[in-house]
Amino acid sequence: MVENRNGKKVLVTPISAEDLADIKIGDIVWLDGDLMTCRDVAHRRLVEGGRELPYDIRGKAIFHAGPIVRPIEGQKDAYEMVSVGPTTSMRMEKFEYEFTKTTGVRVIVGKGGMGPNTERACKECGAIHCVFPAGCAVVAATEVERIAEHHWDELGMPETLWCCKVKEFGPLIVSIDTQGRNMFEENKVTFNQKKDAAVAEICKHVSFIK
Amino acid sequence: MTKAESVQLMTDKMAKFVGHIGIKLPDDVIAKLSELREKETSPLAKTIYDTMFKNQEQAVALHRPSCQDTGVLQFWVKCGVNFPLIGELEALLKEAVVKATFATPLRHNSVETFDEYNTKRNVGKGTPTVFWDIVPDDDHCEIYAYMAGGGCTLPGKAMVLMPGAGYEGVTQFVMDQMTSYGLNACPPLLVGVGVATSVETAALLSKKALMRPLGSHNPNERAAQMEKLLEDGINAIGLGPQGMSGNYSVMGVHIENTARHPSTIGVAVNVGCWSHRRGHVIFDKDLNATVTTHSGVQL
Repeated sequence: MVENRNGKKVLVTPISAEDLADIKIGDIVWLDGDLMTCRDVAHRRLVEGGRELPYDIRGKAIFHAGPIVRPIEGQKDAYEMVSVGPTTSMRMEKFEYEFTKTTGVRVIVGKGGMGPNTERACKECGAIHCVFPAGCAVVAATEVERIAEHHWDELGMPETLWCCKVKEFGPLIVSIDTQGRNMFEENKVTFNQKKDAAVAEICKHVSFIK
Repeated sequence: MTKAESVQLMTDKMAKFVGHIGIKLPDDVIAKLSELREKETSPLAKTIYDTMFKNQEQAVALHRPSCQDTGVLQFWVKCGVNFPLIGELEALLKEAVVKATFATPLRHNSVETFDEYNTKRNVGKGTPTVFWDIVPDDDHCEIYAYMAGGGCTLPGKAMVLMPGAGYEGVTQFVMDQMTSYGLNACPPLLVGVGVATSVETAALLSKKALMRPLGSHNPNERAAQMEKLLEDGINAIGLGPQGMSGNYSVMGVHIENTARHPSTIGVAVNVGCWSHRRGHVIFDKDLNATVTTHSGVQL
């Protein structure tokens, strides 16, 4: 479901492909509902190991992130989100097509760009990749209302699947949309042209070996 | 004070310092980010900077690590040979990291290689990393503490160029890393470049370059000129905050250099993210600590 709330476009889980159809790269959106942290080893277990995720993320969101959590005193098996920010999404690129197709995840949140596997996943499955401003881990943590479940704890704190309930989680900057357009790849073309020009300019001044 | 008490005191002070640098950025980084924030014009870049500054305020208010990736701890130690705890230093720094890990808390970021398990204490074989510079006829100990996060560690690269490639080759090498990996490493970046003989000498220098205060220059005139050229050149790429485009890309470019073998140019690049968590503290022989990077902190 999509809600417009005080000028903010808020995606509320469960999210459908139609909910995302009008969203374009560069848009800023927010998220309410279910968000599970999921990174390197979990992707590998699912795609290479053929294991099922212990938590259903169909129509929900994942976060490429390894948080800092701490036990809530006086409660059994309850944790508080202390600090959680996105990690480099590109590390999950080789797994993301199969991961998205298998799990039915709708919103992938992370840091930096992803590549053709994720573009294909977003286009075929009706999903999006978004960037949460990296390094802003306290902002993100305060937008987590609670940790509802946690799985695969044996992987250690960063790699555990922390299943969160979030409220107006964002800003989320859309970097791959359901058309498969990729903001980072489009930007890279411009960046590389500007880089070539900058290299040519610098090289005029650094012929120190004569 | 007995030796054991001295060790305990310095361990406690370093644990507190490590925790602090995870929560609050150094003064020079905050000043530079404020300057760059003002120069951005697009709504997207402004939104990102607003979130970054809100985050730093909340981190201090809630006393939490500002970025969840509190890194692998690296210490650059410049120790006088007469500093009383020189022999205890490596062990006490390790203990300080464990202490800070549970007190702050910090993320568990030490995975034993080959056995591939997280030690859950943030220390392991060879971590924290301690780099040594020994100072003759001196009884002080200067420590740079750095949280090397995964994101800004990924763009690290070193190689050995043939002299024919020249400083033009050095330029190309650095610039290529910016558009391939740098944009994902949380710009605006601090870029460290090492120019030396081989991969390890250049690589160590490129990390050491990240310890320097922002706005400082290489004492060699040509190296300083190249720092400026690279800074302007990388800014012209327009990576913007988070690599999502903008008017600026970097907080600075620092080059560290040594002499080289006539047949090689070793070059390396290391980057620090915008959340550049490095701190500098000087201990005297009585373990009085002076922090130079962060105002308002007493150890």
